[in-house]
Amino acid sequence: MNEMSNKWIGQRTIRPDGAEKVTGSATFAADTAMAGMIWGKVLRSPHAHARIRGIDTSKAEALPGVKAVVTAADIIDFPVDTPVPLGIQDMRWMCRNVMAREKALFHGHPVAAIAATTEAIAAEACALIEVDYEVLPWVIEIEDAIKDDAPILHDFVEFDGKPSNISGKMEHKKGDVAAGFAGAEIVIERSFTTRPVHQGYIEPHACLVSVAADGKTTIWSSSQGQFMVRAMTSMLTDIPQSHIRAIPAEIGGGFGGKTIIYLEPLATILSKKSGRPVKMVMNREEVMRATGPTSGSTSTVKIGARKDGTIVAAEGTFYLQAGGLPGSPIRGATACSFAPYDIPNVRSLGYDVVSNRSKVAAYRAPGAPIGAYPVECVLDEVAESIGMDPLELRLKNAAKEGTKAAHGPVYPRIGYVETVEAALAHSHNKAPLGKNQGRGVASGFWFNAGGESSAQVNITEDGNVVVTTGHPDVGGSRASIANITAELLGIDYKRVSVLIGDTATIGFSNLTGGSRVLFASGIVVTQSTEKVITSLRERAAQIWDIDADAVTWENGEARPAGDNAGKFAPLTLVELADRATETGGPIGAGVQLNTTGAEGGFATHICDVEVDLELGIVRVIRYTSFQDVGQAVHPSYVEGQMQGGVAQGIGWALNEEYIFDKDGHMDNPGFLDYRMPIFSDLPMLDTVMIEIPNPKHPQGVRGVGEVPLVPPLAAIRNAVSDALGMRFYSLPMSPPAVLEALNAKS
Amino acid sequence: MAKTHVSTTINGEPAEFLCEPYETMLDVLRNNLGLTGSKEGCGSGDCGACSITLDDRLVCSCLMLGAEAEGCEIRTIEGMAEGETLHPLQQKFLEMAALQCGICTPGVLVASKALLEKNSNPTETEVRFWLAGNLCRCTGYDKIVRAVMDTAADLQEASR
Repeated sequence: MNEMSNKWIGQRTIRPDGAEKVTGSATFAADTAMAGMIWGKVLRSPHAHARIRGIDTSKAEALPGVKAVVTAADIIDFPVDTPVPLGIQDMRWMCRNVMAREKALFHGHPVAAIAATTEAIAAEACALIEVDYEVLPWVIEIEDAIKDDAPILHDFVEFDGKPSNISGKMEHKKGDVAAGFAGAEIVIERSFTTRPVHQGYIEPHACLVSVAADGKTTIWSSSQGQFMVRAMTSMLTDIPQSHIRAIPAEIGGGFGGKTIIYLEPLATILSKKSGRPVKMVMNREEVMRATGPTSGSTSTVKIGARKDGTIVAAEGTFYLQAGGLPGSPIRGATACSFAPYDIPNVRSLGYDVVSNRSKVAAYRAPGAPIGAYPVECVLDEVAESIGMDPLELRLKNAAKEGTKAAHGPVYPRIGYVETVEAALAHSHNKAPLGKNQGRGVASGFWFNAGGESSAQVNITEDGNVVVTTGHPDVGGSRASIANITAELLGIDYKRVSVLIGDTATIGFSNLTGGSRVLFASGIVVTQSTEKVITSLRERAAQIWDIDADAVTWENGEARPAGDNAGKFAPLTLVELADRATETGGPIGAGVQLNTTGAEGGFATHICDVEVDLELGIVRVIRYTSFQDVGQAVHPSYVEGQMQGGVAQGIGWALNEEYIFDKDGHMDNPGFLDYRMPIFSDLPMLDTVMIEIPNPKHPQGVRGVGEVPLVPPLAAIRNAVSDALGMRFYSLPMSPPAVLEALNAKS
Repeated sequence: MAKTHVSTTINGEPAEFLCEPYETMLDVLRNNLGLTGSKEGCGSGDCGACSITLDDRLVCSCLMLGAEAEGCEIRTIEGMAEGETLHPLQQKFLEMAALQCGICTPGVLVASKALLEKNSNPTETEVRFWLAGNLCRCTGYDKIVRAVMDTAADLQEASR
């Protein structure tokens, strides 16, 4: 550490919430309890698709110990013909997702919920609820859902003038694609599929809600945004936001999947009806069946190039599963797919497809891995066909400052080229490979985001610092905020406490998502701290009876400057805090902003695999990711984001998938059969951070959390292709799929 | 059905509790005894977030009934630090940023401690296979494996 200079940005400090996390005392939502607390449980649809003709809860309500029941009739309805956007969500779909209204749209869709004195009684009561279902034909896969004779989920959804399961469309265009392809010497067109994958957070959704007799509501829950919890719960229960205090518990992983709510409005209504605090915790099976995942997809990508490697035209069509209600991440798929490249003619088209599976939720760079995977696979074939190194091909066509992306923006200073150059120069790129081993590369882009953020920086009476922000910390953001604040103030980082405020104690802050947290909170924390420093200088000036402009703040103390230099002994933060009352009162400042200037993030990955020809198992044996991280405020947690994204990509590419049985039920709703990477599956995951500071951020921060999941799918697939001399067009490349392909080949 | 009375030792201290015959040890720890450091990620023994030691044997407390604890010695994450002094593994996890969200961390630490008590100088492969019953979705495991091996090296050095 660097205690003499108090330069903390870039230091690997110990996170402020660390001790609680390693001793088991950190409070996650499921760890909360209150006197008089009762337990809520959800009754879920046993059918993939069914009209709900009636619900009789009388037997359940008669069971001793049952305190309250909630059905869709208790939840505010948002009619389907009027959009009610809230962030990236639409309350029309949220109200139908938290509780089935006209129809159950997937197996596991909530139909009612019970609160009872014990979990066991609540479960017993759920079984006593009588639901009159009219079972309907159902459809799971995209190719079935878009057939002319497919069962239609929603009669209010039309496409091309007739009822359809295609519930949305998005297009990005640049140049003249037909003319572009006409000028190509090589054109490669391929079709791909990816399977839905779950975010896989280890902590199931949980909340504890207490509604007081006057309607004042307190919610403890694990989410990526306490303000999102407040707003959505308010809209679904009609309790005003001012009466809801949403307290962010520690969050045990989200990856986008906790940017929406499931349990909070149910527990709120149950608490209101029962007059008791209500706790609800999902089990793993409920998480897998009824939350997340991200979309499965089918896509076709066509790329035209000249023999010198210049890409002249590109076209992509992406169909994404939305689940039972509209809203898949087609924006990420259509925009991010071609974003790393400077291509004169691009057309990128996305379709949102509903089917009888759980409504998708955001997952780390939503849509971007789905869009990048087919593009980066086709690029591999383009490189092969013209005999060019796949990294050189990317370098030749790399987007840079001034490039106009097909999705609109003209890039400012970005670091994509540097990621490719670093990969080309890295020893990994030249390391020899053994038998049945292969190497693949791929790149990726994510928008990153700014948005609303609030911060309050207070100096305590003993001259230390408490910083409060409004974004749940999913991976070390508090540590980075401590680094920034300590460096600006020129004090030991251990003197800075960083807290995540609840909705009553800090101003509105948009949710943790889009790789926005350190970008946005870095700005408001910096501005707040600068205000505090201005106040400290003014107070010193007042004490010395000189002009505030004649006081500087250096290394944690006010110093007289200019003509006054050396005339007075410096005043430390502790001394100024001690004299706060006589110099104007409490010392602190807050800033609330809609932050702008988040610039895109780029990454390039190299992956080596070894394939077991007998068992079909693909093992990743070496992996290196190269990423433009802007400025790494806390390098360990930047590396952690890179490594975590890669690991999720390895799972997506090699094993994870939703498997449905003949009744439209998910067949693998547990960690044994939904196979995420485990310790013994992975090698060390090497990271190369490339720091091209974002010129629009006081610390040069770029979002780093999401782009790491964009390249892995194709990098791994291209490595498997290299190892086997055959190409795969669908994920996951699981042992059965690899064996089948190997057998077909022989 | 009547509740079962159980006498046991938890983190070195005698403990008594009543539990339903179907309640898991994890339920008892979390809901009856207020020891919420052990987490439930799956309830099926696949994620290891509920790892405890039972008479020095590493187990998933979600796969064990509370009634089975009679006469046993149980250790949980809450017993790992000694007062304000963190166990070397806990300290190393903080220094090397071997956690992100922290939900798997208690289970990983309990399992890692059990490993180092059996094998004071594990290879990377041994660490990875010993911890294969503990899922982490945030870190990609890299920093955890390094932290465990680094702790082992420190302990070796200290005992020399």
